[in-house]
Order: sequence, then C-alpha cells, then structure tokens
Amino acid sequence: MPVLARVIEAAGIPTVTVTMMPDVAEKYRLSRIVGVEFPFGHAFGMPGDREMQLTVVRTAVDLLATSTKPESRVDVEIEWPQDTKVAYRDWQPSEPSPIVAYNMARRAAIEEKRGE
Amino acid sequence: MPVDSYKFLPRSFRAGYEQGSFLADEPVWAPLEKPVTEASVALLTSAGVYLAGSQPPFDLEREKANPLWGDPSYRAIPRDVQQSQIGAAHLHINTRDILEDFNVALPIRALDTLAEEGAIGSVAAEHYSFMGFQERGAKEWQEQYGPEVAARIQAANVDALLLAPA
Repeated sequence: MPVLARVIEAAGIPTVTVTMMPDVAEKYRLSRIVGVEFPFGHAFGMPGDREMQLTVVRTAVDLLATSTKPESRVDVEIEWPQDTKVAYRDWQPSEPSPIVAYNMARRAAIEEKRGE
Repeated sequence: MPVDSYKFLPRSFRAGYEQGSFLADEPVWAPLEKPVTEASVALLTSAGVYLAGSQPPFDLEREKANPLWGDPSYRAIPRDVQQSQIGAAHLHINTRDILEDFNVALPIRALDTLAEEGAIGSVAAEHYSFMGFQERGAKEWQEQYGPEVAARIQAANVDALLLAPA
C-alpha cells in the first residue's frame, strides 16, 4: 500500500494515507499520514459507527488542507471500543493466510529435521 | 499519545516491520492545488473489496496455490455503491465487518457527509480497491496498476486521494 501512495503522489496527486501502522508509513516517507490505533481491516472505525468513521475521514481531509511539507503525521485520538484481546482475535481470518500456513509448515519441517 | 503501530499485530510479525530505518530514499510530495473546500476527493482501499456479481473477485485460488503471490489487479467502485453489491476477497483479514458495512474500509458515506457540509468540494464518481497482500517489491503496483489508477484519477479531474491499507 505505501508503494501505491508513493506512485500516485509522484504522478502529481496529493495523497493522505490512513493507517494502523503509521510508524511503517513513516519508513516509506509518505507525504501525509493519519495514524489510527484500530485493528486491521478497520482503518475508518467500527461497522455502523458513522460518527467514528466521519472523525477519521475529517482528520484526513484536515491534514490534506493544512499540511505544507512531506512526512506530515497526525494520530487520531480514539480508543478502540472493543477489548484488545477480542479485537485482536476478531480481525484475523478464520484460517491462517496461505503465507502464514506456508511459513508454519516450513518451520515445522526444519524442527522435524533437527529432531532426527 | 502517538498510536501504537503494533497493537493488533501478531508478535511474530513485529520484528520484520520494526527493523531497518527508511525504506525510501526521498519523501514524495504533491501539493493540493486548490482549497480543500473546492477539491474532488477519491478513496483507495486495499481490503479486497469488489462488486459481487458484476466484477470478478481477487484471485484467491492462485494465492492458495502460490502463497508468495497476491493478485495485483484493482477494481473501480462507483460512488453510489450499495452494501448489497459489496464482496470482499482477502485471505489476510476477516472480511465480516466489511460485508456488514463497507465504510470501515471505504468510507464513501463519510465523504458524502463532508461534501454536503461543504468541507470538501465533491466526492469522486469512482473509488479504487486493491488486495493488499503482494509479492515482495509489489512490481506490478509500481509499474502498471499504480500509474494506471493515477492516470484515471487525473482524467476524472479528481484533486486528492485518501488511501487506507487493510
């Protein structure tokens, strides 16, 4: 995703990136970053919560209007309303993603070889 | 309080993100050329959203066969999209909440509100959806699909883009 933000900004279009990993966005030296402490898949908030979604989008639009130099960052001060452990479990897919399953299988094979 | 970038990330992934310093040599910058109250704004998500029934989903079968590959293509989502049209294809997040309310990833309704208030000029007629898991380097995003979306945005006279990773 930071790749797309960079390519599109470099083409002359101002961008704002709303992200749960603003520290990583900073490493990619993006132009405008809005940090949210929300679980993955929920950059703009809780389902059905129009007020929360509007607050995040408004923060992004305000940054677009006020920023004058690259690597500008604002963090949204909203605490995720769910219990952290519940939210951590809820954002994840019901099955491990293919790359996670692949890495788990590879590690297991290495462990098995070591045990021989 | 700054956001904790790793609060919801599995601990085993954390080191990979935390190590290293800058991943780009230079910052990028395009100024907004007009007051935001006159600007047309589009959205881009990488949550794997597509129009169920009229667009093909992102290719998850190929990713299952080759776990290092992710579908680099994108879908254009119209401003007036309804929840019942929304599909989501992404193997790295639970898409349940997006299927309940796509605005958690693609907040078109919030942009509509800002346009009604006069806080932005207008909402773009189309928005963009990618699937966030890509092969290392994301070559096709850099060389093909990123420039293609930038050209579409410019052709539509859209002034700014809000992006959000899944």
